[in-house]
Amino acid sequence: MANQTSTASIGSYMKTHLREYGMLLALVVIMVFFQYMTEGTLMRPVNLTNLFLQNSYIIIMALGMLLVIVAGHIDLSVGSVSGFIGALAAIMMVQWEMSIYIAVPICLLAGTIIGAAQGYWIAYWRIPSFIVTLAGMLVFRGLTLWLLEGQSVGPFPKTFQLLSTGFVKDIFDFGFERFNMTALLIGTSGAATIVALAARNRARQAKFGMNDEPFAFFLAKNGLIAFAIIYITFLLATYRGLPNVLITMAVLTSIYTFITNSTTVGRRIYALGGNEKAAQLSGIKTKRLTFLTFANMGMLAALAGLIFAARLNTATPKAGVAFELDVIAAVFIGGASMSGGVGKIIGAVVGAFIMGVMNNGMSIVGVGIDWQQVIKGLVLLAAVIFDVYNKNKSN
Amino acid sequence: MNTILEMRGITKSFPGVKALDDVNLKVKSGEIHALVGENGAGKSTLMKVLSGVYPHGSYDGEIVFEGETVAFGSITDSENKGIIIIHQELALVPLLSIAENIFLGNEIQTNGVISWPETFARSVELLKKVGLDEKPSTLIDAIGVGKQQLVEIAKALSKKVKLLILDEPTSSLQENDSQKLLDLLLEFKKQGIASILISHKLNEVSQVADTITVLRDGATVSTLDCHADKISEEHIIRDMVGRDMAHRYPERTPNIREKLFEISNWNVWHPEHSDRQMIKNINLSVSCGEVVGIAGLMGSGRTELAMSIFGKSYGQNISGKVFMNGKEIDASTVPSAIKNGICYVTEDRKELGLVLEENIVRNITLSNLPGVSSNGVIDDTSERRIAEDYRETLNIRTPSVFQKVVNLSGGNQQKVVLSKWLFANPQLLILDEPTRGIDIGAKFEIYTIINQLAHEGKGIILISSEMPELLGMCDRIYVMNEGAFAGEVVASKSDQEQIMSMIVKG
Repeated sequence: MANQTSTASIGSYMKTHLREYGMLLALVVIMVFFQYMTEGTLMRPVNLTNLFLQNSYIIIMALGMLLVIVAGHIDLSVGSVSGFIGALAAIMMVQWEMSIYIAVPICLLAGTIIGAAQGYWIAYWRIPSFIVTLAGMLVFRGLTLWLLEGQSVGPFPKTFQLLSTGFVKDIFDFGFERFNMTALLIGTSGAATIVALAARNRARQAKFGMNDEPFAFFLAKNGLIAFAIIYITFLLATYRGLPNVLITMAVLTSIYTFITNSTTVGRRIYALGGNEKAAQLSGIKTKRLTFLTFANMGMLAALAGLIFAARLNTATPKAGVAFELDVIAAVFIGGASMSGGVGKIIGAVVGAFIMGVMNNGMSIVGVGIDWQQVIKGLVLLAAVIFDVYNKNKSN
Repeated sequence: MNTILEMRGITKSFPGVKALDDVNLKVKSGEIHALVGENGAGKSTLMKVLSGVYPHGSYDGEIVFEGETVAFGSITDSENKGIIIIHQELALVPLLSIAENIFLGNEIQTNGVISWPETFARSVELLKKVGLDEKPSTLIDAIGVGKQQLVEIAKALSKKVKLLILDEPTSSLQENDSQKLLDLLLEFKKQGIASILISHKLNEVSQVADTITVLRDGATVSTLDCHADKISEEHIIRDMVGRDMAHRYPERTPNIREKLFEISNWNVWHPEHSDRQMIKNINLSVSCGEVVGIAGLMGSGRTELAMSIFGKSYGQNISGKVFMNGKEIDASTVPSAIKNGICYVTEDRKELGLVLEENIVRNITLSNLPGVSSNGVIDDTSERRIAEDYRETLNIRTPSVFQKVVNLSGGNQQKVVLSKWLFANPQLLILDEPTRGIDIGAKFEIYTIINQLAHEGKGIILISSEMPELLGMCDRIYVMNEGAFAGEVVASKSDQEQIMSMIVKG
């Protein structure tokens, strides 16, 4: 057994784990910067709520995209697919007046099938994912236009809109003026769960003497995370409470974090992306795994499409245009590697928030859409250069 | 006769290994000089020194070419002097035409604009010289390996070649293609072009060579003049392998029990060229507690045989039967092979064995994740415990089991690969060159592990290019040559010369 109880100093620990916390730190810095530049508008409850609503579909797709990229592939079709599913939902619910309880499952299934169809060519025919999904991007953009006949279709039924613009009901509505106690409670218990899991994990690592994280650092890190979550839910509570999509996002993020960290499927995806031949010779069904990764991506793209349509309350032929770029950028900013095998769910989520906060902040400050794109492009490049630099240094 | 090339006292070291130690080589003008030796004897390294792949300054010693001392900094330098090397793996671009390949990097051009008429005209000329009847516009992809070899030679002739080096030119050729190539060498000799021929095939060597230099363990053993006296193949073989066998192999008392594993009438064709048969009608058996060796040179089909058995990971149109414990089993996919107790430790551990960017724990459990999980959820604690166990029993030297395997030494990486397969709980373990590129100490540890496994009653197939290793470790050895078994020997009653002569005589 390794007796590695070398509790490194906080400074040297930070240095060796720079990449892990670097992006989180960057997010905090960017938030502080825009908080200052926007004279406090960024963190206003209304804006914060908007920030979550605006970025939810990017984050949801980033979860699937992370798996695709870790497996060593790419999916360029997600924007078109989400637009197509939004259109499909509109046709079914608005024109055919179908119940949302039937239409939503059909849409999710359709997304899965689309993803699976693309995954089939990629996995079993070994056609490069870039080509297959580029084709998918064109095909589903075209089908969206065809389905909507070039028009916008809406509005959606009220219950469907709740998917995106609804808020968790306050069960403690005792007349506190505009304060949502439920939101704060959910936030607090969420934070408590995260800290408890981290503490349990640390205790288990300590049993093996495998812990190199300084205790003070552990305390500070979890304290800050808990504080941030509680503070943000507090701010949201003073407005309308927790948006439904925030809950959806949080639940999905937890599920995918669990899948990537603790399940055999997750482990195999990393091995597949890290060294496909070795994975195959270790008895892993690499083709089926690739196929499933794309099917999953399709399902998440469909969900994102539904949320986006619900938010706009209409399906437009333009929905989802260039989403794939934001999603892919988020995953790479979050530290995933183009060559596969490397990347974390939490990184992709942080990456998506970095993009989201920058979009939001720059819009409030009044930076034009032209310069917004330039700056976002440079941030993506800088994040990847930082990654490569770190990697070269450690070798 | 004048001397065209003289290499004096060449010594080349890599970290931890002396690949060449005071090697001398003298090539006379217009002769065919054969360079022979076992795998790893230093032939290729010597040629890389000569051609400037290892630049001047990275080795000790002196190279004299056409009477002047030369110091090549790169391949371009040596090519400018007229030394052209043709590597074992052909360096042709498959989707370009013959003409384009011949003049690749040496285009007939003015200001960057290629003159196609001249290119094609000269290509036709060169192709006629090497006796290749193909249009210059034919794609490399569309012609066979034998013809590709000729294109390589045409490419060499397009430069002013004075010394042609061929590294195992006939290893992937059919009989009649090989003969054509040798005839071509004799033709060049008439024109005054000297060549160095690296080959394992002694019948070819004795057919064309004027002089033979034998290398062993990075040193010149002998230089034989084929015209002065009659050189027997036995003599060359003795020089090639004649090293003493000290106690480099741990003792094992064989305890061979019932028959464990058997394949019969095993045939495999090349995965891309369906007309090339790679494995020809092989029958093989292994008993519990037995270590069975497969001897043969690189390219003899050893790895192809192993991979085709292990879940048909190589080749197409595979036919034959696989038996485990007397019952026919299905080993047609990797998962089913593993389930039936067959494990294969790959020759190339970096490309095929390990996920380099992952840590030791994750590599060890990869082939048997269900063994550390319930309902698809991995139990970190038991996973770590298993990794720690293997680290201890196999003596994997690392600060932590969470070390990325890319940071481990070759021997320790190999132990991680072994751990991975031991954790999959095999009955039959196929080891493909398990000790290549690792130091003596780690080799001994791996031999000890192999003996331990045999003692536990597992069946072992050991594939190796090192004959002393096979003789020291195995009970029985199959000798493989060109995809077929050329014979079978009992290790204790055999020696290196017997095996080598089975290989080189086919």
